[in-house]
Formats: sequence, C-alpha cells, structure tokens
Amino acid sequence: MLEVKNIRSFYGGIQALKGVSIKVKEGEIVTLIGSNGAGKSTLLMSICGVVPPREGEIFFMGRPIQGLAPDRIFSLGIVQVPEGRRIFPLLTVKENLDMGAYLRKDRDAIRKANAYIFSIFPRLYERRRQLAGTLSGGEQQMLALARGMMANPRLLLLDEPSLGLAPVLVKTIFEAITRINSENHTTILLVEQKAAMALHIACRGYVMETGLIAMEGSSHDLSCNREVKRAYLGNQT
Amino acid sequence: MEYFLELFFGGLTRGSIYALLALGYTMVYGIIQLINFAHGEIYMIGAFTALIAASALSMLGLDGWSLLAIAGLAAVIYSAAYGFTLEKIAYKPLRKAPRLSPLISAIGMSIFLQNYVLLAQTSDFLSFPALIDEFPFMEDVTIIRSSELVIISVTALSTALLTIFIKFTGIGKAMRAVAQDRIMAMLLGVKVDRVISVTFIIGSALAAVGGVLISSHVGQINFYIGFIAGIKAFTAAVLGGIGSLPGAVLGGLVLGWTESFATGYVSSDYEDVFAFGLLVFILICKPSGILGRSSAEKV
Repeated sequence: MLEVKNIRSFYGGIQALKGVSIKVKEGEIVTLIGSNGAGKSTLLMSICGVVPPREGEIFFMGRPIQGLAPDRIFSLGIVQVPEGRRIFPLLTVKENLDMGAYLRKDRDAIRKANAYIFSIFPRLYERRRQLAGTLSGGEQQMLALARGMMANPRLLLLDEPSLGLAPVLVKTIFEAITRINSENHTTILLVEQKAAMALHIACRGYVMETGLIAMEGSSHDLSCNREVKRAYLGNQT
Repeated sequence: MEYFLELFFGGLTRGSIYALLALGYTMVYGIIQLINFAHGEIYMIGAFTALIAASALSMLGLDGWSLLAIAGLAAVIYSAAYGFTLEKIAYKPLRKAPRLSPLISAIGMSIFLQNYVLLAQTSDFLSFPALIDEFPFMEDVTIIRSSELVIISVTALSTALLTIFIKFTGIGKAMRAVAQDRIMAMLLGVKVDRVISVTFIIGSALAAVGGVLISSHVGQINFYIGFIAGIKAFTAAVLGGIGSLPGAVLGGLVLGWTESFATGYVSSDYEDVFAFGLLVFILICKPSGILGRSSAEKV
C-alpha cells in the first residue's frame, strides 16, 4: 500500500533521513521504533508532504506521491496524528472533529464517523462542547486520534500516541488503535518509543537509528532480537 | 449631558472605523503573524474608488442610497482585489523568510501604494460627496448625525456577520485552525494559501467599508488618510489584544472614545497624547492587550 524508497530529507538544515525505505501492506499495523532524533517524525512528515524529501520515491496505492502538496496527499487517504497531539486548543472538541472531516462532503458518512468515534471514546462525547485546550493530556490524545479517524483514512500515521500519558491511558489508546485496525480495517503505521507495547500490537516493525533503518522484521523476531531487547525493551512496561 | 452624549457618539463613530480597520490587522496577524502595514492604504484606495465611482454615477443621474450602495460595492470589490494581490505579490513569496522580511515588505507596499495614488490622482485634498442622506426623523436630534448613525450600524452589522462567518462556516473554522496551528491544519487537508487569501479579502473589504463611510462623513480625502487611520487602527488592535477579533472591536471603540473625550474636554491638540498614553498604560498593566491571550502553550 505504502512504499517508501530510499528517501533523503532535511529538517532545518540537518539531514534527518539518509536513505530510508519501508513498506506497509494493506490492513497491517507496522511499527517504527527508535530513540529520540532518529528521524521517525521526519519520515512521517515526509510521507505527508510537509517536509518533502529531496531524493527518493514514495508510492501510495501504486502511484508516486512525493512532491505533492500536503492537502493532496491527505485527500488520497494518508492521515497523520502528529507528535504532541496538536489539537486546536481554542476550538471545541466537536469543532476539532469537524476539522478532521474538513474535506468530506457526505453528511451522512460524517455523522456515522462521529457516532463511531464517540463509541470508541465516550469521554469525548461528554466533552464535545468544551474547548479542546481544557482537556486532560489523555483526552487530548483521544481527540487527536479521533480527529484523524474523522478523515476516514486508508493509512493512519500515528506519531508517539503514548507520549506523556499515564500507563492506564496508554493502554486505552493502544486498545483503541487495535480496535480501529480490526473493525475499520485501517492500515496503521505506528511510531513509538514504548517499543514493547508497539511490537505487541504490530505485525511487523522497523528499527530506526540516526536517519537509517537499522533493522526490520516481524514483531516476534524483533522482540526476541538481542540488540532490540538491550536498546529498546530494557525497562519498559 | 448633551455635550457628553455628542462626544460619546462622536467617539463611537471614530471607534467604529478603527474597529473595522483593526479587524483586518488582527485577522492577518492571527493567521500569518504579520503586521500588514499596507492595510491603511487599502482603506484609502477604497475611499478613492468610491469617490471615482460616485462621481461617475452621479453624472449618470444616480443619487441617494443607490449611489452609496453601488459606490460602496465598487470600493469593496476593488479593495478586496488589492488586498488579495498584495498578499500574493508582497507576502506569499516571503512566507518562509525571517519575520522581519515580510514586515519590511509591508512598509514598502504602504509607501508604494501611497505614492501610486499620489501620482495617479493628486496630492491635494479632494472633496468627497456626502453619500449618506440626512434621515427625516433625525432632524431634531442634535447629539448624533445621520451619517454617524449609519457608520455605527454598519459596523455593528459587519462585525456580527464576520462573527457568524468565523464561528459557523467551514472556512471560518479553517481560519481559526490555521491561526492556532498551521502545520496541523495542513495535515488535515486545509489549503492554507486559500485560507490566507480569504483572510486578506475579508480584511480588505471591511477596510473599504470603513474608508467609504468615514470619507462621506468627513467630506474630504487625500492619499495620506490611510497612513494615519492605519496607525491608529493598529494601535487599537494592539490595545484590544492582537489576534483577538472582539479585542479589535473593543480596542477600536476604547481608542475612539479616548480621542473624542480628550478632544472635547481637554483640547484637540492632546488627542493623540491621550490615545497613545492609554496604549502605553494598558500595555504596562496587561502586555497582551485587553482581551489578548498570553502565548503560553500547554504541552
């Protein structure tokens, strides 16, 4: 479904991606693990067209998408829930969700999508009239995920959805991700530092180090790999 | 008391014009963090367009409200086109440049447009026809003139329409989203360039409305009116809290009243002293302006 071929991207004058290739197949959850500054977020921003790659190719559903404007890539069905949630703090919860469906015209489908995400996150329904900036961190993450789902993505890119959340909330978010994947057949590329949990729900994984893919394999193989265990699975829940 | 009310409505009228202009400053600032110093020139161009249109139309025998409506509409369209083009030519190419560059570009456009009108028209004051007829029922009223009443009402109506637009339409929501997080809005498929253009068009249209109404009220215009009004409206926007729409209106009104009362009770020589004294005072007490938000972000 998504094929990234040997891309190189620069972020603020620094070469953040030095030739990265990954593949995501339809219906999969693929995880991308790696430490801070490895280039994971830049990779997602490159796929979305916000940080266009200088070299290399990106194919989505068989067509090249590198160099397209972010809104074009979005309308093909690639939706990112970026790091740090980036909800619109001065919009209400409902308005944030509306922004997720900004390009959609079909009112019935939007209503259904709304009902679906409220069934996953009942908390958001209770708070729909509240300003998003007044939500707790966990609720904001739910909102960010829900807003992404409102766009009816074919491929959902999630950047560190567990960042800064209490363990119980991390569990809720991961359950929601699994649920979205199995019920809605949404393909998911999950960037995470909580490697154990990410590998637990993913089919396959990539390990990224300083702008390069250091390792790839099935989640099981990666979980058993000594290097991965030492570097990423150390003291994690 | 009557004198007080006269000053009150005079201040409200001035304040309304400042508010119409300040809305443009604050909307553009909210979206691209730029002080559009050429905004006052858009207002001046609106006034000139209305003058030219009104002269032509009155030769065709039009008068009264239809003349105001058509001349006003011409001014709105022409100014909106100027605002749109201004952004495309002078600001869009500098979107990724350091923040000082578009600011200098804005000052340059301001000077350019002033001199363009100076050369194309004249440096003299031109008399502007009174496009707003006296209402018959206002004959005995001394505290407020008909044109003042129209200015205040039109401002209230425009502000209400703008609020509804921003609050309830899709593009209005997108404008707020872009103002809060441009990259995120892009990631949700918002065409940011289009949102910025719409912002300039709306701001310029409001400026033109203000320009036409006040020129008809005052009775004369020249190429320099936009500069002064622009500086005052910018002050109003900062006073109210730049980036905040209600703040722009409130700031405009507060500034209008301050000037009016200072002129009426002290001396017209001190008008600006009081206006800017107030600005300094409010910024000392509340640096983000009356309704401004401090820029602290929740992480």
